[in-house]
Amino acid sequence: MAQVLVVTSGKGGVGKTTSTAALGAALAQMGEKVVVVDFDVGLRNLDLVLGAERRVVFDLINVVQGVAKLSQALIRDKRLENLWLLPASQTRDKDALTDEGVGSVIAELRTKFDWILCDSPAGIERGAMLAMRYADEAVIVTNPEVSSVRDSDRIIGMLDSKTVKAERGERVEKHVLITRYDSGRAARGEMLSIEDILEILSTPLLGIIPESQEVLRASNVGSPVTLNNTNSAPASAYVDAVRRLMGETVTMIVPVERKGLMNRLLGRRAA
Amino acid sequence: MMNLLRLMSGRTATAPVARERLQILLAHDRGLRGQPELLGLLRAEILAVVSRHVVLDPEKVVVRMERGKQVSTLEVDIEVPNGFERSIAAAV
Repeated sequence: MAQVLVVTSGKGGVGKTTSTAALGAALAQMGEKVVVVDFDVGLRNLDLVLGAERRVVFDLINVVQGVAKLSQALIRDKRLENLWLLPASQTRDKDALTDEGVGSVIAELRTKFDWILCDSPAGIERGAMLAMRYADEAVIVTNPEVSSVRDSDRIIGMLDSKTVKAERGERVEKHVLITRYDSGRAARGEMLSIEDILEILSTPLLGIIPESQEVLRASNVGSPVTLNNTNSAPASAYVDAVRRLMGETVTMIVPVERKGLMNRLLGRRAA
Repeated sequence: MMNLLRLMSGRTATAPVARERLQILLAHDRGLRGQPELLGLLRAEILAVVSRHVVLDPEKVVVRMERGKQVSTLEVDIEVPNGFERSIAAAV
């Protein structure tokens, strides 16, 4: 049965789009049929992170409005045959997405894919609400930083009240994905620890993505982190997260980048 | 180990401060969440019930929620005009 998963955060710039691309690619690499849907109308970027920016013809809004068929708007990844993208529109019409329209697109995607990953825009407005509206589960991307944790808490509250599942009295399964984590700084007491964040949000942990230059390198060339350098620390952290999403039990470790002795000493600490 | 690292870095740990600030802030945020609707509803219903028996100035009905760690209190403050019995008599 198809799973609809929203990647959300409240706060901007924490790594929603990077994570959607990386999780989507990792799922596809494991043989799942995946579509990643960009809900950031007006500020689409998932196409860019996936390296498909020049192949966009039709988008989510065209499909919602009946201008294009779903099959015309879906873009198949050139590297992974199981990975597809449904891009957002660059129009700035805020009301172009309707609840019913999104509902029918998601329903159609459910018949064609194993996983539907919805990349939410930042904020708590209409776009973010619609991205989470039909979700079965949610990945809440959080940085170890006070404003990000606060916004995550707010989003968790919305997932528990504003989704179709919540309205039916069911629960959206929630997972926290901590990104840009620096275990050295956490060990020195300069950064909120994993324990602090989980205790505050009381939501289970899906994975810990270490701060890494690989993330920027991958987006520079338009390739998901998990595809660009499969041996890198963030790539293996995303792959672990995906295995947990698929129900496997994977020991929680913070993959460490192989660098200087000092970094390695400090890096091991909080793992 | 942590203390040693901290000494080496020559800085004080700021994470505990972040953690404490967040805990206080979120307790407050979560208290406010959904509360305007609940308090508004309570206020309207209390006003409706009391108004059946006493003539009230709706402005003088205050409903307040105080969130505590163990228990929360609901405070209802209704100002009744002097001689309200007469207004009932008049109403009846």
